[in-house]
Amino acid sequence: MAYSEKLIDHYENPRNIGSFDKAAEDVGTGLVGAPACGDVMKLQIKVGADGLIEDAKFKTFGCGSAIASSSLVTEWVKGKTIDEAETIKNTDIAKHLALPPVKIHCSVLAEDAIKAAIADYRAKATKKADAAE
Amino acid sequence: MTAITQIRRNDQPIYLDYQATTPMDPRVLEAMMPYFTHKFGNSGSRSHAYGWEAEEGTEKARAQVAKLIGADEKEVIFTSGATESNNLAIRGVAEFYKDRKNHIITTVTEHKCVLDTCRHLEQQGFEVTYLPVRKDGLLDLDVLRAAITDKTVLVSVMAVNNEIGVIQPLAEIGRICREKKVFFHTDAAQAAGKIPLDVEALNVDLMSISGHKIYGPKGIGALYVRRKPRVRLVPMIVGGGQERGFRSGTLPTPLCVGLGEAAEICMKEMDAEAKRLKKLQERMLKGLQAKLTDIVVNGDLEHRIPGNLNISFAYVEGESLMMGIKNLAVSSGSACTSASLEPSYVLRALGVEEDMAHTSLRIGLGRFTTEHEVDTAVDELVRHVNKLREMSPLWEMAQEGIDIKSIEWAAH
Amino acid sequence: MSALAYLDHNATSPLRPAAFDAVVEALRAGGNPSSVHGAGRKARAIVDKARREVASLVGASITGTIFTSGGTEANNLALAGAGRRRVLVSAIEHDSVRRAVPQAELLRVDGDGVLDLAALERALAASAEPALVSVMLANNETGVLQPIAEVVRLARAAGALVHCDAVQGVGKVPVDFRSLGVDYLSLSAHKLGGPTGAGALIVRNGAPLQPDRRGGGQESNRRAGTENVPGIAGFGAAAGEAATGLDVAALRDRIEFSLVQIAANAKVYGVKVPRVGNTTCISMPGVPAETQVMALDLAGVCISAGAACSSGKVQRSPVLEAMGVPAAEAACATRISLGWNTQAADIERLIAAWQSLYIRVSQSDISHTDSRARAA
Repeated sequence: MAYSEKLIDHYENPRNIGSFDKAAEDVGTGLVGAPACGDVMKLQIKVGADGLIEDAKFKTFGCGSAIASSSLVTEWVKGKTIDEAETIKNTDIAKHLALPPVKIHCSVLAEDAIKAAIADYRAKATKKADAAE
Repeated sequence: MTAITQIRRNDQPIYLDYQATTPMDPRVLEAMMPYFTHKFGNSGSRSHAYGWEAEEGTEKARAQVAKLIGADEKEVIFTSGATESNNLAIRGVAEFYKDRKNHIITTVTEHKCVLDTCRHLEQQGFEVTYLPVRKDGLLDLDVLRAAITDKTVLVSVMAVNNEIGVIQPLAEIGRICREKKVFFHTDAAQAAGKIPLDVEALNVDLMSISGHKIYGPKGIGALYVRRKPRVRLVPMIVGGGQERGFRSGTLPTPLCVGLGEAAEICMKEMDAEAKRLKKLQERMLKGLQAKLTDIVVNGDLEHRIPGNLNISFAYVEGESLMMGIKNLAVSSGSACTSASLEPSYVLRALGVEEDMAHTSLRIGLGRFTTEHEVDTAVDELVRHVNKLREMSPLWEMAQEGIDIKSIEWAAH
Repeated sequence: MSALAYLDHNATSPLRPAAFDAVVEALRAGGNPSSVHGAGRKARAIVDKARREVASLVGASITGTIFTSGGTEANNLALAGAGRRRVLVSAIEHDSVRRAVPQAELLRVDGDGVLDLAALERALAASAEPALVSVMLANNETGVLQPIAEVVRLARAAGALVHCDAVQGVGKVPVDFRSLGVDYLSLSAHKLGGPTGAGALIVRNGAPLQPDRRGGGQESNRRAGTENVPGIAGFGAAAGEAATGLDVAALRDRIEFSLVQIAANAKVYGVKVPRVGNTTCISMPGVPAETQVMALDLAGVCISAGAACSSGKVQRSPVLEAMGVPAAEAACATRISLGWNTQAADIERLIAAWQSLYIRVSQSDISHTDSRARAA
């Protein structure tokens, strides 16, 4: 049951809590998990004109590991292209935070959240391009 | 004197998990001490003074336990704890009477050891009915009455629930069982010493008691087995034939003495303690309600021991809350299952939605809880609930007026 | 009262100071080992430490060490939990083994109280059904050591599992679970200077074990119920101390030597075969055991007429009966058992009390005979 220092640090001092306007064109929002399962993550990315993720925010309902996993990925995605961000693996998250085996699903959820946010951003971009045509 | 003079050091968290286990009362430890040292004999040794002295200790303890529940001392058997008592009561009766009757009735909110014993008996060919409880956690007597058949041998209903602290209507259940000539077992691990129990008035035939839930030691418990009308049991542990043949094994004299002393203290101080705890319970609840919205008490508040609160803090996941309130030792469910991630089956049985079940904390107050500790706990809980709500997407949605149930969540 | 000579360690041994300290420390710590908060984790750490100590005493693995409420429960758990319908037990087993399963077949012992290996071999060959064999390490009444290595060899050849009740052997002779080769080994805390209410069953990795009681998932789902943390802590500490062995054989031999000097026809049971060093089962011819025990008690010496659990009842020792000791002779046998705090002075006191009783009884016998002679 002993948690790693990194995990505790992310739980106690979570980075990038908050929300962007989810209707904004440059924002991608991922909402994954379910209240009944005890975890819900909302992860948002803000993508700059240069295609780099310039900011990220999250809100999480879940255990300390879920909070730490989402906090960590918001840090990781910043400054990356969305293609790069998409390559973040749950195993990297689990390894970095030294998640205990029963908490691996938290890192899976965090990976899903990035993917969902990116998908949302891409869908918006495609829609915008379609509208422009 | 070797007694503990202070229960909690300042650097230790505030203990609010009295349903998991209780600290030992220093007076109990004091009573036990001589039996660890110079009165160390085997109570089964009839040939010398060490044995007699030990036997005197165990027999005094037996009488103390009997008195707490209005029983005769001959009806009290020492066991290794409430888990063993429950196993022995249910399995022992079921196996003894199996040629005539094969049906057992219990409730879905029983302690895991009762439910597991029943499931095991089902595999052996017994029939078990698991009765639902109402939203307040209490058993509906009409439902019980309707479930009893001419094949029913035993009804097992806990006196007080370990997670939500509600008190079942024992007198009524006892009356129904007696009327229908069915044995009545009650798991009183959380009730003994906290509410008045009288096996005669309640028509209880078997009652399980735990030492470490009543400020006594771990590793000891008792089972009350009625002599008139007689209840027969197949023993689980056989050997030297101790405890009227119901339970073999050398009696752990210091533990027996501790249980006896704990029972006596509980009996003497029950009224005053209950009043004090009721005030603390109210203080805790009012303190939380004054500063937090969207909190729900699970289980009936009135028919409840004063030392328990089970509260759902909506939109805040229980485990993350526990991780935050480091200065408080509380639990998100019963201790034996608290390492698992499943929401409480007790809360689910009350019809608490899974999302709310994930947000619940069990807060146990007891003999050594102070007003100051309650106030500190309230402050700490409020602070962390607010902090976690600030980072909860569900709280955000609720504030925006979005109905969380209207969202199609992808279950994972 | 402290002046009593306590020589009934096979019934229960007084708590060793280190065990006492560990018990008290654990009582102070409180906490339920299943709780995830700090108090619970502290209790868990105490249990884990004790598990290492107990496992280390008998050279067992941590995962194979299951805490129980005592030796009786451990024996019951092994005999029922092995899941073998055919169970063979020696005729001198403790009641908690002999009565654990109703269908157990008894294996005979020889006149020295040693299991008859040929009888075991025949019993194993008598049926193709795989059995469980249960033989104790050391007998509680005579201290006679049993040929466990041979039992294991025969049992393995016949596909049988082996349980060994080592309650009276551990701490008195070195025990290494792995080299002993049994599948299950029972231990009791209070027989080696730990507290009552704690014991353990050691289970070989891979040996079957059906749990008996149902409930919380404690002890890796093999033994439900909140752990007796202080009892377990005391067990661990006692195990640590017991690892150095028990050096009382010389005192025991002195008892036997002296008592046979006093009464030439006094008989020591199992004297010809290997025994643990702390136990002697000896008769004072013509004097009922109950009389001896009472007289010695009055003289401040605590001994026993048999196993403690049944010592209140006047009944023949099943152990001596199985050894073929005539009933009249067995009725005069007592058990004297030494332990970690036994002093030479205790032994002298026993010898003196025994002698004075013997002389008193012999003289009254003589005077009795004399008066009869005169009457005739």
